[in-house]
Amino acid sequence: MRHESPSHGIDLDALGRKKQTFDLASELVALEVPGLSLFYGEKQALHDVRMNIPKHRVTAFIGPSGCGKSTLLRCFNRMNDLVDGCRIDGAITLDGQNIYRKGVDVAELRRRVGMVFQKPNPFPKSIYENVVYGLRIQGINKKRVLDDAVEWALKGAALWDEVKDRLHESALGLSGGQQQRLIIARTIAVEPEVLLLDEPCSALDPISTLKVEELIFELKSKYTIVIVTHNMQQAARVSDYTAFMYMGKLIEYGDTDTLFTNPAQKQTEDYITGRYG
Amino acid sequence: MKQQNLKTWFKSGSPWVWFTGGGVSIAVIMTIGLLALIAVRGLGHFWPADVLEADYRIPGQEVRVLAGELVEAEEVPRARLAASGLPVDAAGGEFMTRELLKVGNRELYGADFSWVVGEWLENPRTPAELVVIERREWGNFYGYLLGVKESGRLVAEGEAAWAELQQRIERVAELHGQLARLEKKDIGRINHGLERLRLKTRALELDGALDAAAQADLAAERAQWDAKYRELEGRLVALQQEFNRDSMLVRTTDGREQEISLGKVVRAYQPNAMASFDKLGFYFAKLWEFVSDEPREANTEGGIFPAIFGTVLMTLIMAAIVTPFGVIAAVYLREYARQGPLTRVIRIAVNNLAGVPAIVYGVFGLGFFVYVLGGSIDRLFFPEAAPAPTFGTPGLMWASLTLAILTLPVVIVATEEGLARIPRALREGSLALGATKAETLWKVVIPMASPAMMTGLILAVARAAGEVAPLMLVGVVKLAPSLPLDGNYPYLHLDQKIMHLGFHIYDVGFQSPNVEAARPLVYATALLLVLVIALLNMSAVYIRNRLREKYKALEH
Repeated sequence: MRHESPSHGIDLDALGRKKQTFDLASELVALEVPGLSLFYGEKQALHDVRMNIPKHRVTAFIGPSGCGKSTLLRCFNRMNDLVDGCRIDGAITLDGQNIYRKGVDVAELRRRVGMVFQKPNPFPKSIYENVVYGLRIQGINKKRVLDDAVEWALKGAALWDEVKDRLHESALGLSGGQQQRLIIARTIAVEPEVLLLDEPCSALDPISTLKVEELIFELKSKYTIVIVTHNMQQAARVSDYTAFMYMGKLIEYGDTDTLFTNPAQKQTEDYITGRYG
Repeated sequence: MKQQNLKTWFKSGSPWVWFTGGGVSIAVIMTIGLLALIAVRGLGHFWPADVLEADYRIPGQEVRVLAGELVEAEEVPRARLAASGLPVDAAGGEFMTRELLKVGNRELYGADFSWVVGEWLENPRTPAELVVIERREWGNFYGYLLGVKESGRLVAEGEAAWAELQQRIERVAELHGQLARLEKKDIGRINHGLERLRLKTRALELDGALDAAAQADLAAERAQWDAKYRELEGRLVALQQEFNRDSMLVRTTDGREQEISLGKVVRAYQPNAMASFDKLGFYFAKLWEFVSDEPREANTEGGIFPAIFGTVLMTLIMAAIVTPFGVIAAVYLREYARQGPLTRVIRIAVNNLAGVPAIVYGVFGLGFFVYVLGGSIDRLFFPEAAPAPTFGTPGLMWASLTLAILTLPVVIVATEEGLARIPRALREGSLALGATKAETLWKVVIPMASPAMMTGLILAVARAAGEVAPLMLVGVVKLAPSLPLDGNYPYLHLDQKIMHLGFHIYDVGFQSPNVEAARPLVYATALLLVLVIALLNMSAVYIRNRLREKYKALEH
């Protein structure tokens, strides 16, 4: 049975979440982090993070600003490679292969590990061209294949009904929430294995946020999802597992319900009850 | 109290508003004034002004009847006129008027323009029958039409002559078109073919491959060309005979009679008999001739089409060269090069290049492009043409290339700024979908930066199209025999010299033997240069705005 503790900030019942406990040890592993440190120049941003991201589950990273949760997320598709002076020590394995080993095709890795950013960033092209961008990059140009992919991806991102009549209009004409779902459609169109969401709702209004959250719930049967969020309610609503990070260290990681209702660490408890951050 | 007010007025900042507003107004007024001046002075030239006839009585000399267009009049102190040797009466007002008349008839009077003393002109009148004849040589003729001749036989006289003349001038104009076509196009093609044949022979000779068989081939080919030429020559001679068949008999106002072959006549008109509406039609016809025709009489008559064509073509080739180079350099500097002291030094150097005087580029173009590059090209690829240079002499290609390096900094700086403005999020979005850096650049970044590139190109075109100094060294001439783009292989002749509006202004204004005739053309050409640059710029701005609309960035 679960403990109910009124002293904690998040009332899971009030969020209407189906109560379900998960056990990390019994899950299939999608991404394994056997020990990872990251430096920006002299400054160490991640301190020996060790964790396993379970397959086909939603894992949330929470923590105060600057704690390294986005940095860690960006390690999974090597987005940090683009940052000058960023150095990584350690490894991350995807299907047993270290993604930081020499000779990895980074483009191929990013095809398998998709990412959605904080602010919607559609290309200044049509909705259709946005969705097929990744496919065209792979050299797929058959119209029928692309058409199918567009319909499938937009349906997957719960956007099809809203845009099916204006696929060839500019994506910049969509609302913020629609744009963010378009980005998700664009990301799943290349059928990645892992979906990284970097605060996907921070720029959205509540209704759009709700839609994206519903979408995350739908998508998790097919994809391993890792989400970074500032919003603890959101983490509690959508995730199966939650990791709490602080000052570049992974403080606590486990089943979401347990973490929110009965945190093992004092720091976690302080954070989720709103004492700092 | 008053001082207090003044102080608060100063503090309020309104003096600055007035000051800056005044500055803007002065700039606008100066620009409009400049354009208005060149427009009025230049465009007025084509108006068929009334021709004045008067008795010119220089004291102590016989009366002479003068005819001409009044160009300008000025007040001159009586003493000065007297000092210049004119028999001026000592008594009278302090000033006398002096008038500049365009009297034409250069072959008779020695000059088209003549200064006369206004007070000595008597009975000024504008007879309707006074004819102005615009000729291909010797400038305008002013006088009266006596009759029209065909092959030396008088066919019309008096009243009937005018209509007859117009008809025959039309026929001559038609023949002139045919002649020009025959000479330029058909015979030009044969000359081109013969020249290529000569080069081929020489090339074979140099290779030591000129054996009997090859010689026979070449001789057969030459015979073909020659046969064609003989045929055309026959037609040419026949046409020329037709062309010069008619002539007209004219009399100047001071009574000298003259016969003018119609082949030399462009048009004849009676400005004093023309109604305003006719004059307007005539005006536009002249204006059209100016922009569409070739120059005559050392560039002081006719049109300036080759100069317009050369300016535009050179600017376009310059744009086609500078854009890829500038964009590639900017992409490398901004996207691939490691940002450090070296890139900073390169940037400073590029920015400073924009400040190097244009003539320095001209000297560089002549020394490096023409002599070194062109000379090497000639040695490597055109040994058969030696010692005549092909690319080793100033030409269109080197002019465009010189202007391209002159404008390169502008394009690089503008493109770099454009690239820097593309949000990082968009690049990451593309990379996160599995695109490589090159794919991201090609599909997202460069299209989005294209408006900035166009901005750079606009600045480059604005600077290049108006540049003259370097061009005088690397490929622009006073008169080019043919356009650099024609129907003869290889169609675009990059080695040819071109005419250029900017140089044309300099040439007509300062190198012309007939200064008075050339002056209005300087203004008209200047106006046209401004228009051409404005047009080039406006089309680039239009393209940029289209692109901007298309790639509206995420600025919300």
